[in-house]
Amino acid sequence: MSLSRRLPSPWSTPVLATGAIVITFALTAGPILVAGANPVAAYFEFLVSPLTSRFTALEVLVAATPILFTGCAVAVAFKAGYWNIGAEGQLLLGAVAAAGIGQAAGGLPQLVVLPLMIAGGALAGAGWALVPAVLRVRFEIDEVVTTLLLNPVALLFVTGLLHGPWRDPVSGFPESPRIVAVAELPQLLDRSRLHLGFLVALALVGLAWYALARTPAGLRLRATGLSPHGARFAGIDVGRTLLGAALVSGAIAGIGGMSEVAGIQYRLTGGLSPGFGYTGIVVAMLGGLSMPGVILAAVFLGDLTVGASSAGRALGIPSQLGAVVQGTLLLVTIGLLALRRYRLARPAEAAAGGATDALAAVALAGDVAEEPDTEARP
Amino acid sequence: MSFLVDLLAATLRNATPLVYGTVGETYTERAGVLNLGIEGTMYAGAFFGFGVAFATGSPLLGLGAAVLVGLLAGGIMALLTVTLGANQHVSGIGLTIGLIGASEFVNRLVFTGQEAKRITPFPTLEAPAALGPLAPLFSQYALTWVAFLVVVPLAWWLLHRTTFGLEVRAVGEDPEAADAAGIDVFRTRYLALMLGGALMAVGGAFFTLALLGTFTLDIIAGRGWVCIALVIFGRWRIFRGVLGALLFAAVFSLQFRLRILPGWDSIPFELLLALPYLVVILALAISGRNVAYPGAYLKPYRRT
Amino acid sequence: MAGQAPGHEVNGPPALELRGVTKRFGDLLANDGVDFDVRRGEVHALLGENGAGKTTLMRIVYGLSGPDAGEIRVAGRPVSIHSPRDAIAAGIGMVTQHFALVRPMTVAENLVLGRVPGLRLHPAEARRRALEASERFGIGAAPDAVVGRLSVGQQQRVEILKALARDCRILILDEPTAVLVPHEVAALFETLRHLVAEGLSVVFISHKLGEVRAISDRVSVLRRGRLVGTVAGTTPEPELARMMVGRPTFGVMREGAARARGGEPVLRIDRLRVETSAGRPLVRDVTLEVGAGEIVGVAGVSGNGQTELVEVLSGMRRPAAGSVRVGDVELAGRRPAAVMAAGVGRIPEDRHASLVGELSVAYNLVLERLDDFRRGGALDEGRIRAEAEALIARFSIRARPGDRVATLSGGNVQKVLLARVLSREPRVLVVSQPTRGLDVGATEYVRRELLARRAAGTAILLVSEDLDEILALSDRVVVMYEGEIVGEMAAPEADLERLGLLMAGRGRAA
Repeated sequence: MSLSRRLPSPWSTPVLATGAIVITFALTAGPILVAGANPVAAYFEFLVSPLTSRFTALEVLVAATPILFTGCAVAVAFKAGYWNIGAEGQLLLGAVAAAGIGQAAGGLPQLVVLPLMIAGGALAGAGWALVPAVLRVRFEIDEVVTTLLLNPVALLFVTGLLHGPWRDPVSGFPESPRIVAVAELPQLLDRSRLHLGFLVALALVGLAWYALARTPAGLRLRATGLSPHGARFAGIDVGRTLLGAALVSGAIAGIGGMSEVAGIQYRLTGGLSPGFGYTGIVVAMLGGLSMPGVILAAVFLGDLTVGASSAGRALGIPSQLGAVVQGTLLLVTIGLLALRRYRLARPAEAAAGGATDALAAVALAGDVAEEPDTEARP
Repeated sequence: MSFLVDLLAATLRNATPLVYGTVGETYTERAGVLNLGIEGTMYAGAFFGFGVAFATGSPLLGLGAAVLVGLLAGGIMALLTVTLGANQHVSGIGLTIGLIGASEFVNRLVFTGQEAKRITPFPTLEAPAALGPLAPLFSQYALTWVAFLVVVPLAWWLLHRTTFGLEVRAVGEDPEAADAAGIDVFRTRYLALMLGGALMAVGGAFFTLALLGTFTLDIIAGRGWVCIALVIFGRWRIFRGVLGALLFAAVFSLQFRLRILPGWDSIPFELLLALPYLVVILALAISGRNVAYPGAYLKPYRRT
Repeated sequence: MAGQAPGHEVNGPPALELRGVTKRFGDLLANDGVDFDVRRGEVHALLGENGAGKTTLMRIVYGLSGPDAGEIRVAGRPVSIHSPRDAIAAGIGMVTQHFALVRPMTVAENLVLGRVPGLRLHPAEARRRALEASERFGIGAAPDAVVGRLSVGQQQRVEILKALARDCRILILDEPTAVLVPHEVAALFETLRHLVAEGLSVVFISHKLGEVRAISDRVSVLRRGRLVGTVAGTTPEPELARMMVGRPTFGVMREGAARARGGEPVLRIDRLRVETSAGRPLVRDVTLEVGAGEIVGVAGVSGNGQTELVEVLSGMRRPAAGSVRVGDVELAGRRPAAVMAAGVGRIPEDRHASLVGELSVAYNLVLERLDDFRRGGALDEGRIRAEAEALIARFSIRARPGDRVATLSGGNVQKVLLARVLSREPRVLVVSQPTRGLDVGATEYVRRELLARRAAGTAILLVSEDLDEILALSDRVVVMYEGEIVGEMAAPEADLERLGLLMAGRGRAA
């Protein structure tokens, strides 16, 4: 049961999404030509060919798995108005926890180990998110900077472990020893890398959807993000809500790290995350901060990732084009979103009586001398 | 003593890209815009500067290319956040992703197969021997000299002693007042973003065109983000931001040198590498409360 | 005594003339065919309560707003003004209540903003210009002082200097003394007399009678968007007060005798003090009691501390000192949840910010008490919807449960707030500007509701700029001026003139 009214217009979300994709492809056609390939063939490779074989189609889901986690994590935080840019680091910490548990778990039944890994990943991710969250809630320190800075620190932590205590004694490479067999996430289908992590991700997204849409805590979170003043006025403890959102967000990203370790790599490696945390931001925004949107965006970007590497092989285009398309798509999307908000704000002021009354109230009250806001935050 | 001189010399050297980046971001934020595209801009500056230097054999041309890339990056950010009024956090992250992706794309395209591509980097300008034990301190890259002796004072002068700087500050504090006074808010923000972008790109190019002479992935390693923190630490003031850059560079340089001392070598060098970042977070936690953000920070301007 | 400016010419066209200026905001007629003129070398006051349309009128003159009808003439020639730049070009300057100064910058920098050609900004040059302007207009201002650190009075002088430095012939001042202390007011008036002697025309918007009479040559009184009349500045205060507040309209009224004293006091405010972060007092030692079944109206022009008082009572602001008790519960400095739990219902003046516009009506209605609508761990959507429908019916809200609050008209938004608050049967109601911006139907509805609550025994504190409303609904009336309660009287005996005087800062009881 939807309790919100959609805006019907040429600016509706599906039209916007399609428009964004079209514009992005137009903009990135240039680099493709430069790379010596035909843009149409390239986009075919990018988008369509992954879906043509069973293996690659499943690979799309494999690629979507980690960004389902981070996309969900970021969406939850952003919806509360908490700018968690640290999903990358939180994911890595979850990976560390999973690798640690995974190495030590020999002898335990799988039914115990897997939940343990999930819990470990969640705790590690939430733990990494704790300090920035407390700094924001207690001291009003911008969480963008603090969460951001902890990303390179997390990576250093990982490399430190891999060059030190966790260096694989067998191979001597800077990667951790393999986790024990019971700690591995089982594969879902044979002849495919798709693992249980995908289902865990879907479950988490579903849970997040349910919590946000159907529970009191979820409603409070949404209210805080939509109108912190209105939420506070209604008696909601905004500080506690933000803290909760930040920790949940970190936990989900942490489980994502666990998923990559236990489902794909089976060990901790330095290259575990090629920016999953940042891509999660793209996924969250493309998905309009909604859970169904996150699923669609994650699958779409997974498609793009698989397509990019196959395009690389087939047409000689570097697979990094995937990142270029991703970045461009994000920018075009938010550009269009901003345009929509700006253009719709004008006529709405005249039409909606609510806004008119606000305007009238302001005009009649005249300019009242303002005092500096007690909340110094932008 | 020579340890100290050596450390200070390294501090100045390592602070150079941070100085460019922090000054650039300070301009942007003073105008009211948070530019999280700095990491990507520095990266693109590093790469494209290197690429052009490689192709032409001239690091100077490479520097010029970096400047152009920075201007373009700033312009794109301005288009999104100023003209369209899009969310600044996400615009910046998207720009970073896009620019890093674009750099790596071209890297792959152009440089595949060529091993360890190197250029002849800018040379260190050796100090005259007459300075004796202090000589290492003054043996720095031209870009470092320029950073501290030209860019920093010039940036300060521009911000505080010219009409442009006045407009930038006005636009970042109170765009309505600025608008009412006849200032073109959009144009000023565009200029601030583009100037900032150019500086950031030069900061990134310092790695490839001077310090290392080569390009590697993850060359920026989060130092763009550090600049963001340094701007807040510096309370949006040029000199204080530079001070923060020196602080970070000092801790960074120190940890390299500590490693070789007895007793310190057992500490994992990653922990020491992480130290500067943690120090910055600590500095923010201590001094970052209730700071006075520029009045119009994060708010796109629309005439009502 | 009142200005007989010697150089004030009556021949020749007026410096500024407005003919038939009309402005609507939705259903609201803010200015209704106003004719107004200002002569050269004259101080002309624009007097009226809040909502009378004074500021709106001048914003039109300064290009911050566009008229729906009417004409503006400067020195006899019609001008078309679409922006402040046009106004400045026509020789009009305005100092608004919210100064358009860039606080972290110096005085010289602010004066020079937007007016220096070329790149270089010589601080010495800017300072010289600032000093020059300062001397020419006789307004002292230290060029290197940082504006943000100046006293409000000094900031105002900088604003005035800024306008004068642009060669304005007509200077509009909007409530200039609202933020000044007495000696600053005297200094301002000195400056104005000096300027006017040189031929400048001044429009002085105010609600303060004493000052208006001290400085003006003529006074135009606005009431509810219409010009009531233009009289000499020497007109006695009682008459001006009467023109300002007019006669009460008959509409929804309290029935029966007003209670001289309410039932036992439910809400007790004791020496409440609210300050800005800089320590400036906004509410000074306010002591007030409201009894069960009583409506205490707080009259006064906006900006005299009422907003801050309500914010403290709502749990949205911490006071500097004092106590607020409901029953035996101390509420000063406590958060909204605690305030609500103590049985206080709040109808704030900023409706839109106090609801979550992007959420539905239903969710907003239950947002304060979500825990009452759980089924297991989840929200009981069915019960929420049922509750919403019930409240919609009971309070005649023209909306469906699923509509986003942001799409509702002002009257319906207010009803949503009312419904949310009243459905919890509060012991105390703190109500602020309940009918501002609402149409007649909604206004009647809200007032009837408040009276119904009164009859049911709720203690109600009603803050309103609308004197008619206060008089129609209250049992007792207190007047707030500059953060203090300056007078109290039983409503039936309320003397309009006396109220007008108190609201304007005069006639304080000894």
